[in-house]
Amino acid sequence: MKIVYDGTLDPRQCKAVLGETIPAMAAEDPDVIYLDADLMNCIGTAKWAAENPDRAINCGIAEANMIGVASGLAAAGFKPIVHTFGPFASRRCFDQVFLSAGYAKNDITIIGTDPGVTATLNGGTHMPFEDVGIYRTLPGATVIDVTDPTMLISVLRQCKDRPGVKYIRVGRKQYARVYADGSELPIGKAVTLREGTDVVIFAVGIMIHEALQAAIELEKEGISAAVVDMFTIKPLDVEAVEAWAKKTGAVVVAENHNRNGGLYSAVSEVLAQRCPTPAEVVAVEDEYGEVGPQSYLQEHFGLTAAHVAEAARAVVKRK
Amino acid sequence: MNLENMNEIKAFAAKIRIATIEAIHAIGQGHIGGALSIADVLAVLYGREMRYDPKNPKWPDRDKLVTSKGHAGPAVYGTLALLGFFPYEELKTMNRPGTNLPSHTDRNKTPGVDMTTGSLGQGTSLAAGLALGDKLKGRPSRTFLIVGDGESNEGQCWEAFAFAAAKKLGNLVVLLDWNKRQLDGYTDDVLPMGDYVKKFEAFGFDTVKVNGNDVEELAAALERTRKGGDKPYAIVMDTVKGAGVPEVAEKKMNHSLPVNDEQYERWTAQLRAEAEAWEG
Repeated sequence: MKIVYDGTLDPRQCKAVLGETIPAMAAEDPDVIYLDADLMNCIGTAKWAAENPDRAINCGIAEANMIGVASGLAAAGFKPIVHTFGPFASRRCFDQVFLSAGYAKNDITIIGTDPGVTATLNGGTHMPFEDVGIYRTLPGATVIDVTDPTMLISVLRQCKDRPGVKYIRVGRKQYARVYADGSELPIGKAVTLREGTDVVIFAVGIMIHEALQAAIELEKEGISAAVVDMFTIKPLDVEAVEAWAKKTGAVVVAENHNRNGGLYSAVSEVLAQRCPTPAEVVAVEDEYGEVGPQSYLQEHFGLTAAHVAEAARAVVKRK
Repeated sequence: MNLENMNEIKAFAAKIRIATIEAIHAIGQGHIGGALSIADVLAVLYGREMRYDPKNPKWPDRDKLVTSKGHAGPAVYGTLALLGFFPYEELKTMNRPGTNLPSHTDRNKTPGVDMTTGSLGQGTSLAAGLALGDKLKGRPSRTFLIVGDGESNEGQCWEAFAFAAAKKLGNLVVLLDWNKRQLDGYTDDVLPMGDYVKKFEAFGFDTVKVNGNDVEELAAALERTRKGGDKPYAIVMDTVKGAGVPEVAEKKMNHSLPVNDEQYERWTAQLRAEAEAWEG
């Protein structure tokens, strides 16, 4: 694993990465089967699916049934990978995920695309700020907020044979490039992207870039901010949380999600029990989504580097 | 098991009812109405239609049963116990702490239970997935799916039926337990679902309606499904909720009832006499 962040975008769109990686995994493993709910054209799998009807199942716009069918396929010996937009991959079918997959021990991987503000022009109905919170309550689940295309490939391949229900949230467009091509990111292990001594910023997804930009600004002011990629929100790397909290004495959590139930909640649970530490949050303030370009939405919901820097200054003062 | 003689199957159905009542009586109360209504189809399925091995319950090429109305667990457990999937005495542990026989069927707890169900409607999609998976794996297996009529209020059932027809799952047989009652009363009062035969036909199923408490009609209808093909099968079973125990069947609200010692003795004695009569 190599960190190559310089603030520029990875040239790959994540939808193209999904459109290449899922067929590649199916070619390598005869038990991989892919299911979608009428959104194959949104992640570039439609052409391959049409040519491989036994490996790619379009379930139509019926997410509850899709999760059940995937669970039945798992019981028959397959390793299903399921995709739909994040809100429909979480809210719409959670009882099916909980019982038909989780409780029944039918192991499946679920990809929820366009989390939080990355849903942009699809607007509030398609903008999940709660999917992580929902999935965190599922016993034994793996919950991942993807950082960049390289991580997407790495975690998707790990999820294939990982027990339990795996939920991967990822935007379909470009992300800032953080990891060198081919890097492996072991699930459950936080990655230190930047060392620091005054405050630690635990970030995920699109907020990784904002956190790293904030750290650059903070350095100019004499605040040394560490940035840690907490891409596995469950199972959380609690040792990393504890170690960084103790080392810096001040915590910021940045996530493209409601402040309730997501990474901030997960980190706060660790801090409260193991090492009470001042913490601030950069997240959506218990609101519904709305329509607009991502830059507008990040500003509107307070998800920019400036908001992260402000939170860091505030928490350092509380030390 | 390969019971060609219908009298033997009738005796088996009576024994399934006895075993069902054993389990429910031991804990004092249970989902007796909807368990008794499917005793006959269980007798036909496990008596002559399905391929399975009690010594190897996970045999991949077996036929599978998904009891989507998972609360009918007592009847499924009674059947599996009679076939030797687990000791008959274990029926008395149902719903007790640490049991392998929870109120709703669980594939991870009970040998012979092929799918976990309980949240109504979900078993339909699971069965469609199992049938599709077996088909893609080239297995000869068929999947039998028991769905309640009240359960069919759940929209997910109809998503799954549309899917099964679209994917040409001729190895899937839906057995709709049309017993006309659900927890709050008659289905026609709670939420009328219309004509099931027309519905299934419109969804693209090879559909028949039978007396679901008549093993001969059930056997004939199930035999037709052996040919497989490009259409899933639906057998609308006209049943009585509580069938086989008149005192239960006559009670309008018979979804879940207590069974006391006196009832247990009387009902099982009557059913034992019936089983003996059928066995000659």
